Amino acid sequence: MDALIEKLKGQIIEQLNLAEVKPEEINPDSPLFGEGLGLDSIDALELIVLLEKHYGIKIQDPKDGKTIFQSLRTMAEYIKAQGKS
Amino acid sequence: MNTITSYAHIKHNQVSVNGSIVFQSGPLLKLSEFLSEAYKSIGLSYPKFHKMDAQCKLGFLCAEFALKETTFLTENDLSKTAIILSNAASSLETDRVHQHSINDKSNYFPSPAVFVYTLPNITIGEIAIKHKVTGENAFFVSGQLDTELLVNYIETLLSNGSEAALVGWVEVDGASFEAFIFLVESSKNINKNSIFKALNQSSVITIYNQTKWTH
Repeated sequence: MDALIEKLKGQIIEQLNLAEVKPEEINPDSPLFGEGLGLDSIDALELIVLLEKHYGIKIQDPKDGKTIFQSLRTMAEYIKAQGKS
Repeated sequence: MNTITSYAHIKHNQVSVNGSIVFQSGPLLKLSEFLSEAYKSIGLSYPKFHKMDAQCKLGFLCAEFALKETTFLTENDLSKTAIILSNAASSLETDRVHQHSINDKSNYFPSPAVFVYTLPNITIGEIAIKHKVTGENAFFVSGQLDTELLVNYIETLLSNGSEAALVGWVEVDGASFEAFIFLVESSKNINKNSIFKALNQSSVITIYNQTKWTH
Protein backbone atom coordinates (compact mmCIF):
# COMPACT_ATOMS: atom_id res chain seq x y z
CA MET A 1 0.00 0.00 0.00
CA ASP A 2 2.80 2.44 0.92
CA ALA A 3 4.51 1.89 -2.43
CA LEU A 4 1.27 2.60 -4.27
CA ILE A 5 0.73 5.77 -2.23
CA GLU A 6 4.24 6.99 -3.09
CA LYS A 7 3.64 6.21 -6.77
CA LEU A 8 0.34 8.11 -6.67
CA LYS A 9 2.01 11.13 -5.11
CA GLY A 10 4.34 11.43 -8.10
CA GLN A 11 1.56 10.86 -10.61
CA ILE A 12 -0.70 13.46 -8.97
CA ILE A 13 2.07 16.08 -8.81
CA GLU A 14 2.82 15.53 -12.48
CA GLN A 15 -0.76 15.27 -13.75
CA LEU A 16 -2.03 18.27 -11.75
CA ASN A 17 1.07 20.44 -12.30
CA LEU A 18 1.63 20.89 -8.56
CA ALA A 19 5.09 22.28 -9.20
CA GLU A 20 5.50 23.81 -5.73
CA VAL A 21 4.50 20.60 -3.88
CA LYS A 22 7.05 17.96 -2.85
CA PRO A 23 5.95 14.30 -2.44
CA GLU A 24 6.99 14.27 1.23
CA GLU A 25 4.68 17.24 1.91
CA ILE A 26 1.59 15.25 0.96
CA ASN A 27 -0.04 13.57 3.95
CA PRO A 28 -1.80 10.41 2.66
CA ASP A 29 -4.68 11.00 5.07
CA SER A 30 -5.24 14.73 4.43
CA PRO A 31 -8.26 15.75 2.35
CA LEU A 32 -7.41 16.28 -1.32
CA PHE A 33 -10.05 18.96 -1.80
CA GLY A 34 -10.93 22.10 0.13
CA GLU A 35 -8.01 21.95 2.52
CA GLY A 36 -4.91 19.76 2.26
CA LEU A 37 -3.76 19.99 -1.35
CA GLY A 38 -6.60 22.44 -2.09
CA LEU A 39 -7.56 20.84 -5.39
CA ASP A 40 -10.43 22.22 -7.49
CA SER A 41 -13.13 20.80 -9.79
CA ILE A 42 -10.83 20.61 -12.83
CA ASP A 43 -8.33 18.67 -10.71
CA ALA A 44 -11.14 16.23 -9.85
CA LEU A 45 -11.63 15.55 -13.56
CA GLU A 46 -7.87 15.12 -13.97
CA LEU A 47 -7.86 12.52 -11.18
CA ILE A 48 -10.58 10.58 -13.01
CA VAL A 49 -8.42 10.70 -16.17
CA LEU A 50 -5.37 9.61 -14.10
CA LEU A 51 -7.19 6.51 -12.82
CA GLU A 52 -8.23 5.57 -16.33
CA LYS A 53 -4.90 6.32 -18.00
CA HIS A 54 -2.57 4.70 -15.45
CA TYR A 55 -4.76 2.00 -13.89
CA GLY A 56 -7.41 1.27 -16.49
CA ILE A 57 -10.15 2.13 -13.97
CA LYS A 58 -13.29 3.86 -15.22
CA ILE A 59 -15.45 5.45 -12.54
CA GLN A 60 -18.98 4.58 -13.64
CA ASP A 61 -20.90 6.62 -11.09
CA PRO A 62 -19.53 10.18 -10.55
CA LYS A 63 -21.04 10.11 -7.04
CA ASP A 64 -18.40 7.52 -6.07
CA GLY A 65 -15.72 10.16 -6.66
CA LYS A 66 -16.47 11.84 -3.35
CA THR A 67 -15.47 8.71 -1.43
CA ILE A 68 -12.64 7.60 -3.71
CA PHE A 69 -10.91 10.99 -3.80
CA GLN A 70 -11.25 11.77 -0.11
CA SER A 71 -7.52 11.33 0.42
CA LEU A 72 -4.52 9.71 -1.18
CA ARG A 73 -5.05 6.65 1.01
CA THR A 74 -8.69 6.19 -0.07
CA MET A 75 -7.56 6.49 -3.70
CA ALA A 76 -4.90 3.81 -3.17
CA GLU A 77 -7.38 1.55 -1.37
CA TYR A 78 -9.84 1.90 -4.25
CA ILE A 79 -7.17 1.04 -6.85
CA LYS A 80 -6.14 -2.00 -4.80
CA ALA A 81 -9.76 -3.10 -4.38
CA GLN A 82 -10.13 -3.00 -8.16
CA GLY A 83 -7.15 -5.33 -8.42
CA LYS A 84 -5.22 -2.79 -10.49
CA SER A 85 -2.26 -1.89 -8.29
CA MET B 1 -7.52 62.70 -18.42
CA ASN B 2 -6.84 59.17 -19.67
CA THR B 3 -3.23 58.41 -18.87
CA ILE B 4 -0.89 55.49 -19.52
CA THR B 5 0.79 55.01 -16.14
CA SER B 6 2.90 51.86 -16.54
CA TYR B 7 3.76 49.27 -19.16
CA ALA B 8 5.57 45.97 -19.50
CA HIS B 9 6.84 44.13 -22.57
CA ILE B 10 8.04 40.53 -22.78
CA LYS B 11 9.90 39.33 -25.87
CA HIS B 12 13.16 37.55 -26.84
CA ASN B 13 13.35 35.95 -23.33
CA GLN B 14 13.49 39.41 -21.75
CA VAL B 15 11.12 41.51 -19.67
CA SER B 16 11.06 45.28 -19.83
CA VAL B 17 9.10 47.62 -17.57
CA ASN B 18 8.55 51.19 -18.68
CA GLY B 19 11.15 50.72 -21.40
CA SER B 20 13.97 49.29 -19.24
CA ILE B 21 14.94 45.62 -19.21
CA VAL B 22 14.35 44.25 -15.69
CA PHE B 23 14.80 40.52 -16.31
CA GLN B 24 16.40 38.35 -18.96
CA SER B 25 17.31 34.72 -19.37
CA GLY B 26 19.49 32.91 -21.86
CA PRO B 27 18.24 33.44 -25.43
CA LEU B 28 18.09 29.68 -26.04
CA LEU B 29 15.81 28.90 -23.10
CA LYS B 30 12.46 27.38 -24.12
CA LEU B 31 9.33 29.42 -23.44
CA SER B 32 8.28 27.18 -20.54
CA GLU B 33 11.72 27.52 -18.93
CA PHE B 34 11.82 31.26 -19.48
CA LEU B 35 8.36 31.68 -17.92
CA SER B 36 9.40 29.63 -14.93
CA GLU B 37 12.56 31.74 -14.43
CA ALA B 38 10.61 35.00 -14.85
CA TYR B 39 8.03 33.77 -12.30
CA LYS B 40 10.77 33.04 -9.76
CA SER B 41 12.34 36.44 -10.37
CA ILE B 42 9.18 38.26 -9.36
CA GLY B 43 9.10 36.53 -5.95
CA LEU B 44 5.48 35.46 -6.19
CA SER B 45 3.90 32.43 -4.53
CA TYR B 46 0.81 31.60 -6.56
CA PRO B 47 0.50 27.79 -7.06
CA LYS B 48 -2.24 28.24 -9.67
CA PHE B 49 0.39 29.75 -11.96
CA HIS B 50 1.85 26.30 -12.62
CA LYS B 51 -1.51 25.01 -13.86
CA MET B 52 -1.89 27.71 -16.51
CA ASP B 53 -1.07 27.20 -20.16
CA ALA B 54 1.85 29.14 -21.66
CA GLN B 55 -0.32 32.01 -22.93
CA CYS B 56 -1.93 32.58 -19.54
CA LYS B 57 1.44 32.41 -17.80
CA LEU B 58 2.83 34.95 -20.25
CA GLY B 59 -0.11 37.36 -19.88
CA PHE B 60 -0.25 36.87 -16.12
CA LEU B 61 3.47 37.62 -15.72
CA CYS B 62 3.37 40.62 -18.05
CA ALA B 63 0.49 42.04 -15.99
CA GLU B 64 2.41 41.38 -12.75
CA PHE B 65 5.45 43.23 -14.08
CA ALA B 66 3.32 46.17 -15.30
CA LEU B 67 1.46 46.37 -11.96
CA LYS B 68 4.51 46.01 -9.71
CA GLU B 69 5.59 49.32 -8.19
CA THR B 70 2.26 50.97 -9.09
CA THR B 71 -0.81 51.98 -7.11
CA PHE B 72 -3.11 50.81 -9.91
CA LEU B 73 -4.86 48.12 -7.86
CA THR B 74 -5.26 50.16 -4.70
CA GLU B 75 -6.26 53.51 -6.17
CA ASN B 76 -8.84 52.32 -8.69
CA ASP B 77 -12.28 50.80 -8.20
CA LEU B 78 -11.66 47.22 -9.41
CA SER B 79 -15.34 46.83 -10.31
CA LYS B 80 -14.78 49.67 -12.78
CA THR B 81 -11.44 48.41 -14.04
CA ALA B 82 -11.42 46.79 -17.49
CA ILE B 83 -9.10 44.17 -18.94
CA ILE B 84 -8.77 44.29 -22.71
CA LEU B 85 -6.36 41.94 -24.44
CA SER B 86 -5.66 40.88 -28.00
CA ASN B 87 -3.51 38.62 -30.16
CA ALA B 88 -3.32 36.97 -33.57
CA ALA B 89 -3.27 33.25 -32.75
CA SER B 90 -6.20 33.11 -30.32
CA SER B 91 -5.53 29.98 -28.20
CA LEU B 92 -3.92 28.04 -31.06
CA GLU B 93 -0.98 26.68 -29.06
CA THR B 94 -3.21 25.00 -26.46
CA ASP B 95 -5.67 23.98 -29.19
CA ARG B 96 -2.77 22.03 -30.73
CA VAL B 97 -1.97 20.31 -27.43
CA HIS B 98 -5.62 19.34 -27.00
CA GLN B 99 -5.86 18.10 -30.60
CA HIS B 100 -2.74 15.99 -30.10
CA SER B 101 -4.37 14.30 -27.07
CA ILE B 102 -7.40 13.22 -29.11
CA ASN B 103 -5.76 12.31 -32.44
CA ASP B 104 -5.15 8.69 -31.54
CA LYS B 105 -8.43 6.92 -30.78
CA SER B 106 -6.54 4.06 -29.11
CA ASN B 107 -4.77 6.46 -26.76
CA TYR B 108 -7.60 8.94 -26.20
CA PHE B 109 -7.03 10.89 -22.98
CA PRO B 110 -8.07 14.53 -23.41
CA SER B 111 -7.03 16.54 -20.38
CA PRO B 112 -9.70 18.72 -18.72
CA ALA B 113 -6.91 20.96 -17.42
CA VAL B 114 -5.71 21.55 -21.00
CA PHE B 115 -9.20 21.89 -22.46
CA VAL B 116 -10.16 24.77 -20.15
CA TYR B 117 -7.43 26.87 -21.78
CA THR B 118 -8.71 26.43 -25.34
CA LEU B 119 -10.13 29.96 -25.34
CA PRO B 120 -7.92 33.07 -25.47
CA ASN B 121 -9.97 35.09 -22.98
CA ILE B 122 -9.00 32.70 -20.17
CA THR B 123 -5.86 34.86 -19.95
CA ILE B 124 -8.11 37.75 -18.91
CA GLY B 125 -9.81 35.48 -16.37
CA GLU B 126 -6.54 34.47 -14.72
CA ILE B 127 -5.48 38.11 -14.26
CA ALA B 128 -8.97 39.08 -13.06
CA ILE B 129 -9.12 36.23 -10.52
CA LYS B 130 -5.68 37.03 -9.10
CA HIS B 131 -6.47 40.70 -8.58
CA LYS B 132 -10.27 40.54 -8.08
CA VAL B 133 -10.89 42.77 -11.10
CA THR B 134 -14.56 42.59 -12.07
CA GLY B 135 -15.00 45.34 -14.68
CA GLU B 136 -15.51 45.10 -18.44
CA ASN B 137 -13.42 42.69 -20.46
CA ALA B 138 -12.85 41.76 -24.07
CA PHE B 139 -10.34 39.77 -26.08
CA PHE B 140 -9.79 40.78 -29.71
CA VAL B 141 -8.15 38.61 -32.35
CA SER B 142 -6.40 40.60 -35.08
CA GLY B 143 -3.43 40.06 -37.38
CA GLN B 144 -1.19 42.43 -35.39
CA LEU B 145 -1.33 44.87 -32.48
CA ASP B 146 -4.23 47.13 -33.50
CA THR B 147 -3.53 50.35 -31.60
CA GLU B 148 -6.45 52.17 -33.23
CA LEU B 149 -8.96 49.53 -32.14
CA LEU B 150 -7.55 49.27 -28.60
CA VAL B 151 -7.32 53.02 -27.99
CA ASN B 152 -10.82 53.66 -29.38
CA TYR B 153 -12.27 50.80 -27.34
CA ILE B 154 -10.64 51.95 -24.08
CA GLU B 155 -11.70 55.55 -24.64
CA THR B 156 -15.27 54.36 -25.16
CA LEU B 157 -15.15 52.32 -21.94
CA LEU B 158 -13.60 55.17 -19.96
CA SER B 159 -16.30 57.56 -21.10
CA ASN B 160 -19.01 55.06 -20.13
CA GLY B 161 -18.33 54.18 -16.51
CA SER B 162 -14.96 52.43 -16.48
CA GLU B 163 -12.21 54.21 -14.55
CA ALA B 164 -9.10 52.22 -15.44
CA ALA B 165 -7.94 49.53 -17.84
CA LEU B 166 -5.24 46.92 -18.27
CA VAL B 167 -4.68 46.61 -21.99
CA GLY B 168 -2.45 44.80 -24.42
CA TRP B 169 -1.26 41.93 -26.55
CA VAL B 170 -0.49 38.37 -25.41
CA GLU B 171 0.61 35.99 -28.15
CA VAL B 172 2.02 32.46 -28.14
CA ASP B 173 2.37 30.55 -31.39
CA GLY B 174 4.86 27.70 -31.39
CA ALA B 175 8.22 28.99 -30.21
CA SER B 176 7.23 32.57 -30.96
CA PHE B 177 5.83 34.68 -28.12
CA GLU B 178 5.28 38.27 -27.08
CA ALA B 179 3.32 40.12 -24.43
CA PHE B 180 2.83 43.86 -24.14
CA ILE B 181 0.56 45.31 -21.46
CA PHE B 182 -0.07 48.92 -20.47
CA LEU B 183 -2.16 50.39 -17.69
CA VAL B 184 -4.56 53.27 -18.28
CA GLU B 185 -6.04 55.37 -15.48
CA SER B 186 -8.55 58.18 -15.88
CA SER B 187 -7.73 59.74 -12.51
CA LYS B 188 -4.02 60.34 -13.07
CA ASN B 189 -2.49 63.48 -14.53
CA ILE B 190 0.78 63.75 -16.36
CA ASN B 191 3.60 65.57 -14.65
CA LYS B 192 7.03 66.34 -15.97
CA ASN B 193 8.90 63.87 -13.79
CA SER B 194 6.77 60.80 -14.42
CA ILE B 195 6.76 58.24 -17.19
CA PHE B 196 3.04 58.93 -17.61
CA LYS B 197 1.79 59.53 -21.14
CA ALA B 198 -1.53 60.70 -22.55
CA LEU B 199 -3.54 57.82 -23.99
CA ASN B 200 -3.49 58.01 -27.78
CA GLN B 201 -2.31 55.84 -30.65
CA SER B 202 1.00 57.60 -30.97
CA SER B 203 1.84 57.04 -27.27
CA VAL B 204 0.99 53.35 -27.49
CA ILE B 205 3.19 52.90 -30.58
CA THR B 206 6.01 54.81 -28.87
CA ILE B 207 6.00 52.68 -25.71
CA TYR B 208 5.62 49.49 -27.77
CA ASN B 209 8.83 50.33 -29.67
CA GLN B 210 10.70 51.82 -26.73
CA THR B 211 12.62 48.80 -25.39
CA LYS B 212 16.12 48.20 -26.74
CA TRP B 213 16.28 44.39 -26.67
CA THR B 214 19.73 43.01 -26.02
CA HIS B 215 19.26 39.73 -27.87
